[in-house]
Amino acid sequence: MDYLVAFLVGGVIVTIGQIIYDSTKLSMGHVMVLFVVGGSVLTALGLYEPLVKLTGAGASLPVSNFGYVLTQGVYEALLESGLPGIFSGVFRLAGGAIAAAIVFGFLFALLFQPRK
Amino acid sequence: MAGKFVGKQTVTFSSTPSVLETFSIVGPMEGRGPWGSEFDTVIDDEKYGEKTWEKAERKLVIEAVSQLLAKSKLQPSDIDFLLAGDLLNQITSANFAAAAFPISFFGLYGACSTIAEAMILAAMLVDGDYGEKVIAAASSHNKSVERQYRFPIELGVQRPPTAQWTVTGCGSILLGRGDKSPKVTFATVGKVVDMGAKDSNDMGSAMAPAAADTLTAHFRDLAKNPSDYDLIITGDLGKVGSSILAELMEQAGFPLAGNHIDCGASIYAEDEDVHAGGSGCAALAVGFGSHFYPKMLRGEVKKVLLAGTGALHSPLSTQQNETIPCICHAVAIEVI
Amino acid sequence: MANKSQQQAYQQLAKKHIPKPDYLGNSLRAFLVGGAISALGQGVTNFYLSTGMAESEAGAYTAITMIFLGALLTGLGIYDNLAKIGGAGSALPITGFANTIVSAAMDFKSEGYVLGMAAQMYKIAGPVITYGVTSAILAGLVKWLLWG
Repeated sequence: MDYLVAFLVGGVIVTIGQIIYDSTKLSMGHVMVLFVVGGSVLTALGLYEPLVKLTGAGASLPVSNFGYVLTQGVYEALLESGLPGIFSGVFRLAGGAIAAAIVFGFLFALLFQPRK
Repeated sequence: MAGKFVGKQTVTFSSTPSVLETFSIVGPMEGRGPWGSEFDTVIDDEKYGEKTWEKAERKLVIEAVSQLLAKSKLQPSDIDFLLAGDLLNQITSANFAAAAFPISFFGLYGACSTIAEAMILAAMLVDGDYGEKVIAAASSHNKSVERQYRFPIELGVQRPPTAQWTVTGCGSILLGRGDKSPKVTFATVGKVVDMGAKDSNDMGSAMAPAAADTLTAHFRDLAKNPSDYDLIITGDLGKVGSSILAELMEQAGFPLAGNHIDCGASIYAEDEDVHAGGSGCAALAVGFGSHFYPKMLRGEVKKVLLAGTGALHSPLSTQQNETIPCICHAVAIEVI
Repeated sequence: MANKSQQQAYQQLAKKHIPKPDYLGNSLRAFLVGGAISALGQGVTNFYLSTGMAESEAGAYTAITMIFLGALLTGLGIYDNLAKIGGAGSALPITGFANTIVSAAMDFKSEGYVLGMAAQMYKIAGPVITYGVTSAILAGLVKWLLWG
C-alpha cells in the first residue's frame, strides 16, 4: 500500500513539473529551482510536513522535499535557540544529502567519462 | 556597383571556378544514415581516440584537409588559401587545425553557413586571380557544440520537438581554376536577418527568414525561379525550418517547386532520436561534398543552389535573452 | 532590420509550423518514471526502517542512497537515456539532482580538476542550493513566527 501511495504521489508531483516544462520556455534547472522554493513555501504554510508523513517517499523523493528539509531545519533551530539560531539549522536535516551529492559527484566524475 | 555584380546582392564569376574535389569525414551516427556509404570516412568512435571532444573535432578538420590533399594528389604548397570555420568559441577547431598546414589561412565564422561563406570567398579568390587552388572547410562536433551551447553531455534533458542534433563531421572542398565541371556560377551574399526568435532550441524557425531573404534576392537579381535549379539544397533548416521556408517563398512569389532538400533533415536515419533533424556547419559541407557533388559528377543533377544558413547567436547572448540574428549565403553550382 | 510588428507577424507564422510537445504522452511517461523512482525510494526507506532506524534517520539515508544510485547511473551513461523518456519524472526526484552534479563534473573534467570539474559541477545544482537555502531561511522564519 505504501508503495502505491508513494508511486501515485511522486508521480503526480513530477507530472506537475513536466506540464510546467512543456508549456513554458523554462529549462529543467528553472523547474527544479521552482520546486525547491515551492517546497519551502508549502513548509512555511504547514502543508508539506503532513504530506511527507502521509505519503512517505512520494513526497520526500522529489526535489521539493529539499525545500522542506532545509526549511524544517531552520524552523527547528529557531524553536530551540530563537532568532540567533536562524542560520545554524538550515543544513541540519539536509546536510547528509548535500554532502553525499558532493562526494559521490566528485568520485563518480573521477571514475567515469562522458560517453554518448 | 562593380562589374561582377548582378542586381543588389549577387555576384558572378567570369572565370567560373571549378569544384575540383571534396572530402567528408563523419561520426558514427551520420554513418548509419541514408548517406552513410557515400562519405569518404566514417569514424566509429566519436572521440576519435582523443582526450577531449574539442581535440576530436580538431582532428576531424586536420583529417578532412589532409585527405582532400591526398585525394587530389596535391601538396600543401599547391594550395594558396585555406578558408575554414566551426562553431566553437573563437573557431578553435579551425584555428588549431590550420596550424598543422603551411597554408595561408582565413578563419571564418558564419555559424552553420560557414561552408557556403567559405565557398563564395574561395570562388572570389580564384576568380580575382589571387589564388589557383583554395580549400574551403567547415566542421562541427555534436559533443563539443552541445557542451558549449547547451548542457553537460550526461545531463538528463528532454529535448523539445523543434530541437536539432548537431552533425559530427567535417567537409572540405577544393576550388580552383580549371575546366572541370561542376563550376561555381553565381553567389548571393546574405544580409543578417533578425526576426526576433529567441528559442535556442528552435534554430529552424530562427533561420528560415534569412534563407527566404537570400533566396528571394538571388532569384530577383538573376530573374530566375526556383524551378530553374534541379535542387535547392539548404544546410540545416531541419523539418521545422524547411516547412516555414516553403511558406515564406510562396509569399515572396518564388514558390519552391518541390526541389528543395535540407541536408539536416535528410542526413539521419528515420529511427534516430534527432527531433527536427541535423544541424551544424558539417551538415551542408558533408552533404554537398559526399551526396550531391558525386551526383553532379555523374551528371544526375546539373544545377544546384546551395544555401547555407547560420544562427549567429552565442551562449552569452542567449543567456542575456537576446534575439537570434541569422544569415544565409547562397552559391549556385552548375555542370557546364 | 525587421521592426517589431514584422517580427511579431513572423512569430505568428512560425508558430503554425512548430510541432507541439506531446503533452499527454510526456506527462504520462513522467508520471510513470517519477512514480517508479518514488516507489523505489519507499522500498529503500522501508528497508532502513526494518533495521530499526528512526524515521527521520531512515529518510536521510534514503536520500543518500538514491543520490548514490543517481550518481552511479549517470556515470554509467544510463541516466540521460532514462531522462529522454522520463523528462521531469527523472529530473525532479533527488536522483535527478545527483545527475546534474555528476554530469557537469564529468563534462568539465577536461578543463581541470579545480576550476573545471570542482567549480562547474554546481552549474545546475548551485542555483537549487542557493534558492533552496535562501527560501528556507525565509520560510523557516515565517513558519516560526506563524506557528511558534
